[in-house]
Amino acid sequence: MKSVGQRVPKLDAADKATGKSRYVQDLRLAGMLEAKILRSKVPHGRIVSIDVTEAWKVPGVRAILTAKDIPAKVWGYSKDQVALKGDRVRRIGDELAAVAATDIEAAIEACERIKVLIEPLPAVYEMEAALEPGAPVLHEARGSNLVQTHHYEHGKIEEAFSNAAKIVEGTFILPAQQHGCLGPAGAIAEWDANGRLTLHDPTQIPFLVQRDLAEALDISPADIRLVQPCIGGAFGARLDLYPHEAIVALLAKKTGTPVRIVFSRDEDFQTDPVRPRTVVRLRTAAAADGTLLGRDADILVDCGAYVSWGAMTPVVMVNTFGNFYQCPAARYKARTVCTNTQPTGAFRGFGNPELLFAMESQMDELAKALHIDPIDFRLKNANRSEETTPAGGRITSCGFKEVLEAVRTRLKRPAASALPHLRRGIGIAAVFHVGGGARIYRSDGCGATVKVDDFGKVVVIVGATDIGQGMETAMAQIAADEIGVPVSMVRVATQADTDIRLWDVGVHASRTTFIAGNAVRLAAKEAKKQIEDARAALKLPADASIDKVVRAEHFRQKGRLIVASVFYDPPTTMVDKANHGNVSAAYTWGCHGVEVEVDTETGQVVVKRIVAAHDIGKAINPMHAEGQVEGGVIQGLGYALFEECVLKDGKMQNGFFLDYRMPGLRDIPEIETVLVETNDPEGPFGAKGIGEAPIVPIGPAIANAIADATGVRMREFPMTPERVWRALRGNR
Amino acid sequence: MTVNGNIVALEIEPHRTLLEVLRNDLGLAGVREGCSTGDCGACTVLVNGKPLVSCLVLAPDAEGASITTIEGLAKNGKLDPMQEAFIAKGAIQCGFCTPGMILAAKTEDVPEGNLCRCTGYKKIQEAIREERRTTRPQA
Repeated sequence: MKSVGQRVPKLDAADKATGKSRYVQDLRLAGMLEAKILRSKVPHGRIVSIDVTEAWKVPGVRAILTAKDIPAKVWGYSKDQVALKGDRVRRIGDELAAVAATDIEAAIEACERIKVLIEPLPAVYEMEAALEPGAPVLHEARGSNLVQTHHYEHGKIEEAFSNAAKIVEGTFILPAQQHGCLGPAGAIAEWDANGRLTLHDPTQIPFLVQRDLAEALDISPADIRLVQPCIGGAFGARLDLYPHEAIVALLAKKTGTPVRIVFSRDEDFQTDPVRPRTVVRLRTAAAADGTLLGRDADILVDCGAYVSWGAMTPVVMVNTFGNFYQCPAARYKARTVCTNTQPTGAFRGFGNPELLFAMESQMDELAKALHIDPIDFRLKNANRSEETTPAGGRITSCGFKEVLEAVRTRLKRPAASALPHLRRGIGIAAVFHVGGGARIYRSDGCGATVKVDDFGKVVVIVGATDIGQGMETAMAQIAADEIGVPVSMVRVATQADTDIRLWDVGVHASRTTFIAGNAVRLAAKEAKKQIEDARAALKLPADASIDKVVRAEHFRQKGRLIVASVFYDPPTTMVDKANHGNVSAAYTWGCHGVEVEVDTETGQVVVKRIVAAHDIGKAINPMHAEGQVEGGVIQGLGYALFEECVLKDGKMQNGFFLDYRMPGLRDIPEIETVLVETNDPEGPFGAKGIGEAPIVPIGPAIANAIADATGVRMREFPMTPERVWRALRGNR
Repeated sequence: MTVNGNIVALEIEPHRTLLEVLRNDLGLAGVREGCSTGDCGACTVLVNGKPLVSCLVLAPDAEGASITTIEGLAKNGKLDPMQEAFIAKGAIQCGFCTPGMILAAKTEDVPEGNLCRCTGYKKIQEAIREERRTTRPQA
């Protein structure tokens, strides 16, 4: 039976349901020490002294490190990060010292006994203020707090706006969002006697960590081996090298014994590479018949105190900005800025939820102003297959029309409430996203090996990483169908290390099913060919089982192994300096429709129903594809309605689950998921990526529904009762 | 106390939590530590049949109690119907919340004290409904 397209349960589900899966919190190595990091309580300051004398008196302490004990190496996305800070702190939470001890209580007590003297410097927390002349500069080497400016343009922008029948404009404000992984971050380091490091690390980028960590430790990447334990959520949070990974390796080296660091929940909140605070100023112009004419954006993105992947979000935003909808003129400027706050990183959707809150809100404003149905307005300007966009995107499979129509037929206007203070409304919003990888590095490749053993078991060794999305199962289904065995005969070697697994740039950009899936499919196809070649060469009957064929090869001199390795790298390009290029081998569209009820007395918004339609190419596993949609939708709902890092003088005020409000079971409306299959020509079995797109349109769809219900346009997330209540009263 | 049907006798310091004792002293790693402040539900265990977050229970207060962790839910090598339903319905992604969620769902129709960041809860709802349907057809 074919398994692609079937609702095959996750291969690791039984282990997870019985508590047998092992996260970094659960691993124990002989002689293992526990580590704790001492962090700055000052948002910006000069380190005068760090005195560890008293800390050494705590029984059980085995090592204490400060900046002077470690390689003086600067590393990171923009080469502004160090593992332990020696001269300067730039945010609350900066790493000052680290202790390894026989138990965590001793490590904590030792940290408390370290005496730190910091001379405070003026700090800056808001992006606009950080760009003012005379603002405190975080990194003098850059000259100012401006990290980078991104530009993009196509068409005649001034003409577009001067010819427009209607122009809408607005400023959209988006908060920092916590990943909220249920499994806190952590890592375990051990060195062998030959000076080689093994890091047990729930990272999303095992092969890039090898390189980045080697740089931070000043050793060869060839001396680093990465093993991923089970990963307790990621969503982009584990997409970079972070100071704790270098620190735990340095402590293990110093002590000569394994060292583990596991973050407490408040530490996880304080160090999470949050979704960046973003301000989008946008204007959109249309003709009277509903033809889009132009869009013009000026965007600020907060990097926090050190530059990580948050700084990359403008590059993803511009991909949507230049490609989404047929829009003849577009101008884009985005600046990334350092402030004395938590460094920002990658988060599912990666800039797209931020940009499309603005773009899709204005699509609705224009539709309303021009008296056109919002779905018809989008259809009129929709991308189509076989189109090359002005930004250089090549559209192959395209289900945009289908997802819009799927929502139109399923989203019904509710009857008005009998209570006059409860207003009901509906709204929609759409998404464009990469679905065939994203060439943000020079490589977007992945390697896979498929071997068949003499019991007929198929083993898949692949570089890709499972963060809960079901990579393992999808790869098994693909290999099973190519070779012609049931999924139960396939094992994916997820526990293998970087010595054995094959190159992959990591789990990000919704790329794994497409990229790794193609690698596995091609390797399995080659392995199948080897089996059939062997069957023919050895004159075995057509009905001889696979294990018999393999054994026949293993049990003869000059026999052959059934094993095939393939590297797949999609036919795409990186963007050029003007941000033009075809970064993905396939693109994907989605549309969400929502029904809301707004309590005009309290400002409370309740989402009653969601329809989520996504062009997935082909659902390798519909159950897990729905899981990606539902999970993304609810994470996006939290971003739109509840979640926000509340800062006071640079310190997060709500760093616990109790007051950082993530959606819970009581918040879940009825969700109807529609998977539209467009059979992508390049995707494995026609599949495209689905990991990120579902988090994107839910927020603007809710905002559009609030506008429909009340006539009030919300331009700031989260749309809390207080913000909605104030907006209903003219923002008093 | 009794843990997963086995009588356990321990001498423990009075400040230690049931979570620490189950995880560290008894090696029951399926009891997940997500926050230690009672807000996420990942460390939920059944204490005399009732779901409690073990991070907020002082271990000495569990003296004499009967504790069930996820490791003790399967009986005679057969998974509990709730475990079966979570697997079959796709209610598990990263799996960190899963043991606590399954134990809470044994008695609560809407385990609202248990956070999940991956699934969007939809398939968890479906799994709970499925378990109720198969184990309590007329309830």
